[in-house]
Amino acid sequence: MLFQSMKMALASILSNKMRSFLTMLGIIIGVVALIVLVSVVRGATGEVTDAVSALGTNLLSIQILDDKGRAISVRELEDLRRFPDLSEVAPIGRDIADIRYNSKTDTASVTGTTSGYTQIQKQELACGRNIQGPDEDNHLNVAVINYETARSILSAEDARDALGKEIYLKGIPFQVIGVTEKEDEDMQMFETTVYSAMIPYTSLMRLSDSVGGGVRSFVVSAVSDDRLSALESEIGNWLDTRLSHDREAFTLINMSSIMGAMDRIMNTMTALLGGIAAISLLVGGIGIMNIMLVSVTERTREIGIRKAIGAGEGSILLQFLIEALMLSLLGCALGVAASFGILCLIGFFSGHHFSMSPQIITLATGFSLFIGMIFGIYPARKAARKKPIDALHYGG
Amino acid sequence: MIEFIDVSKVYQIGDTEVRALDHASMRIGDGEFVSIIGPSGSGKSTLMNIIGCLDLADEGKYLLDGQEIRDYTEGELAKIRNRKIGFIFQDFNLLPKLTAYENVELPLIYQRAPHSVRKRQVEEALRRVGLYERRYHKPTELSGGQQQRVAIARALATKPSLFLADEPTGNLDQKTGRELIELFHQLHEAGNTIVLITHDGNIAKEAARSIKILDGHVSDILDRSEIEEVV
Repeated sequence: MLFQSMKMALASILSNKMRSFLTMLGIIIGVVALIVLVSVVRGATGEVTDAVSALGTNLLSIQILDDKGRAISVRELEDLRRFPDLSEVAPIGRDIADIRYNSKTDTASVTGTTSGYTQIQKQELACGRNIQGPDEDNHLNVAVINYETARSILSAEDARDALGKEIYLKGIPFQVIGVTEKEDEDMQMFETTVYSAMIPYTSLMRLSDSVGGGVRSFVVSAVSDDRLSALESEIGNWLDTRLSHDREAFTLINMSSIMGAMDRIMNTMTALLGGIAAISLLVGGIGIMNIMLVSVTERTREIGIRKAIGAGEGSILLQFLIEALMLSLLGCALGVAASFGILCLIGFFSGHHFSMSPQIITLATGFSLFIGMIFGIYPARKAARKKPIDALHYGG
Repeated sequence: MIEFIDVSKVYQIGDTEVRALDHASMRIGDGEFVSIIGPSGSGKSTLMNIIGCLDLADEGKYLLDGQEIRDYTEGELAKIRNRKIGFIFQDFNLLPKLTAYENVELPLIYQRAPHSVRKRQVEEALRRVGLYERRYHKPTELSGGQQQRVAIARALATKPSLFLADEPTGNLDQKTGRELIELFHQLHEAGNTIVLITHDGNIAKEAARSIKILDGHVSDILDRSEIEEVV
């Protein structure tokens, strides 16, 4: 019976293709609006979130704004390891330096840190090794350079060719011990220069005048995600005590909180845009109801004939309801296909990849089904409740 | 067994009350071939609609196989129309978008008959009316006579015990009308009840028994010559 009703509904839809398409148009536009808007928002915010996430979510970033005349030393930071929730701690110093290799010179961003930093950042290298404890202890002039520096400054076709080479930062020679993986475009938005080098913090203290006066910035990671809040409180208290109970003297950023905030923003935007798209789907549903009501009136005599030869109210209701559901589901399918095409086009012109998540397709399908059901039930009931004799003699 | 006891049906047309059936009483036994005859506007169609469970009487009782029709729900009435009654309308009442086969199959679908049973019964019915070869034609591709034969095949397909024909030859030429009457005789001989509603005296005479309807009143015609007077 269900199969026969589907067959009849499909035949009815196909017998009036243009009208069926125009009826579906509301649903198609609604589905396209829902999928495209939500996918673009999720894609765009997802890229930012991924970029932030790549920096590490299980960490606290601390900036010292005023050390109250008592510089915080690297050794003091090492003492923070006494906190059981702390996994790694690393000072960060940044400077801009001239970089030279043979005759090529440019400007590079130089980061001074310790071996802990590479572990916190889970930094992957294309080749070579990261900065290690002995490099810091012996104040060695070694550098881990980024892929772009190796390729452009050192003219290395292969990253491995850069290893062991000597580059000059502010005229001081540094031996290249590692090259980082090629960065994706999203990461580059956090960099001020294309070229960067990472050197031991102790080496940067010698190289840079601005870094010599104590640690101004450092990162710590927690032993686990769920201990990050406890660590935040411990580090906050320590800084508060260390900096004469002046909460204005430092900023403490919890990367996990930032991610949480970004997630909330993304969810709010998704819900907002999804809501707007849902309204257009609702309008599409009204279109379906309108046409189904017209269809019921037009086919009153057909309903009468069907009832005369034994169709019950249930059969007629099922036939018209399935027709409404088919219209909305076909509209949804066309909408999904159109959304795919539109997202590909947006991706092609913007250079970003936007994918449709299965969840959003499920949501669009579920919502279309719901709309078809809600707006199809009234015309279907109207058809089913027609008296056979009135329907049979309608218009004739 | 069809039994009418004091059945009345009243239509309100504007301010006027039209009594289409006025305390009509009659009985049609199982296996009878009965014609109901009356001039236009006499209440023939109302009578057919009530016999066929398409409409309900306002007053009186209609018993079908001893059961009061008013006691049935709409769903049960649909089952009665589907299983017990085979309708043959003057204007065929076929669904134009369906083929002859699909039109004949429709009542069996509502009966929820399995595909194999449907196929067998539809083909059997179409063969019986001589339209098996044209089963995939739509009504618009068939002549009036062929369309009426499809309608008869649709009525035959469910193997009902009562055939209810409302002016079945009204839209047919004489030859096709004659063939149709022959088919009714065959169905009657096979034990089915045939109720033929007509205003054509010659067609009415084909039935073993005739009932006249005038101004909503029904009565048996005992003398065949009376048929001419009624029409």
